[in-house]
Amino acid sequence: MINKRVLNPAEAVADIADGSSIMIGGFGEAGSPIELIHALIDQGASDLTVISNNTGSGEVGLAALLKERRVTKVICSFPKTLNSTVFPELYREGFTELELVPQGTLAERIRAGGAGVPAFYTPTAVGTPLAEGKEFREFNGRGYLLEHGLTADYSLIKGLTADSHGNLLYNKTARNFAPIMAMAADVTIVQAASVLEPGEIDPEIVVTPGIFVDRVVEVADPAYESELIAAGVSYP
Amino acid sequence: MTQQTQVTGWTREEMAQRLAQDIANGSYVNLGIGIPELVAKFVPEGRTFIYHTENGLLGMGPSPAEGEADPELINAGKRHVTANPGSAYFHHADSFAMIRGGHLDLSVLGAMQIAQNGDLANWSTGKPGAIPAVGGAMDLVAGVKQVFVMTQHCTKTGDPKLVESCSYPLTGRGVVDRVYTNLAVIDVTPDGFQVVELCPGVEFETVQELTGAPLRPASE
Repeated sequence: MINKRVLNPAEAVADIADGSSIMIGGFGEAGSPIELIHALIDQGASDLTVISNNTGSGEVGLAALLKERRVTKVICSFPKTLNSTVFPELYREGFTELELVPQGTLAERIRAGGAGVPAFYTPTAVGTPLAEGKEFREFNGRGYLLEHGLTADYSLIKGLTADSHGNLLYNKTARNFAPIMAMAADVTIVQAASVLEPGEIDPEIVVTPGIFVDRVVEVADPAYESELIAAGVSYP
Repeated sequence: MTQQTQVTGWTREEMAQRLAQDIANGSYVNLGIGIPELVAKFVPEGRTFIYHTENGLLGMGPSPAEGEADPELINAGKRHVTANPGSAYFHHADSFAMIRGGHLDLSVLGAMQIAQNGDLANWSTGKPGAIPAVGGAMDLVAGVKQVFVMTQHCTKTGDPKLVESCSYPLTGRGVVDRVYTNLAVIDVTPDGFQVVELCPGVEFETVQELTGAPLRPASE
């Protein structure tokens, strides 16, 4: 019998070691797996590389993980979200390194990593500063850059509905990077508002098939960054 | 160039309205964060545009009514939006396949500088200490069929934004098709900037004076 359920967020992230690379889903607060990130803060792993579109807001979720000085590198497209003060300080201080990647290239690098494609050519960023050091090649008279697929040790993502096989559905634009991050990590850890029995999700509408998911934890009433910030919360 | 000529021209709303007239019925459109978002308020009678937001929604609608916002239904600017009937949600790789694969008809973006060969700079001043952030702008200009820029003609300090060559870091090379400013509508052509239309009451010479590269007058 397959059962990928784990009891709570702490158990879900317990084995993440220092120096791990972690993909974290979310675009702004939509899809940010706050409870898993907070469990990771409590767990204590450090020297992490985080792959995520943004760098969090306020002092909760991803921004709180950064503030605790657990992250030495971020791979990211837009580290300047509203209320994002933590990352700029760590970046200027030189504690956290930034690899800036155009958003579509970031997505395709993750997709490729999860699909067993080591590298690909893209027209994005040709002729810009982000092309520096990258192999350039022409196809049919147009220039392209070689970009490498991205994989990670773990991914932390947020679903709306899961089953115990790891099949997933998402809520609206909270889907964003989650389905491709689930594919690209050795161990994919999901928090979902409800975890059902096999057969309770129609196979025709599954968004992420369970093969890409390793652990599922039910977080029935997940917090949102904006609500925590409005309530004056600073984690831990 | 340094002389402040007192012309205001079109308001931002009038610029958006003028731009919207050039979008064909049924177009798939990505509106950049900021001024370009105003275009959605001026859809001409009888036309429907379908809005793409790169964080995973095709068929984006207006802001929700008070109290009906879902924190997980947002646009690329991270503002609350709605989903129109007939919408679709998708993940980021599919979203940028729509962009990079040439499936979108139009991208409307803001700009810091536009060069006469269509180079665009709109993501970084390149100043030391600034936090670099690029988002999806480089993907949009590389992949979408047509790129319109909507911007004030000059910077707040009066410097031209339309220039011979960009001094800021580029977003893309030779990517801009048309520029809508408060003073004029200007095409980027193989021969440089070509005025398509002047804001009523604004003289060609005035626009030329406020532009950092040669303009060709609108041909009748």
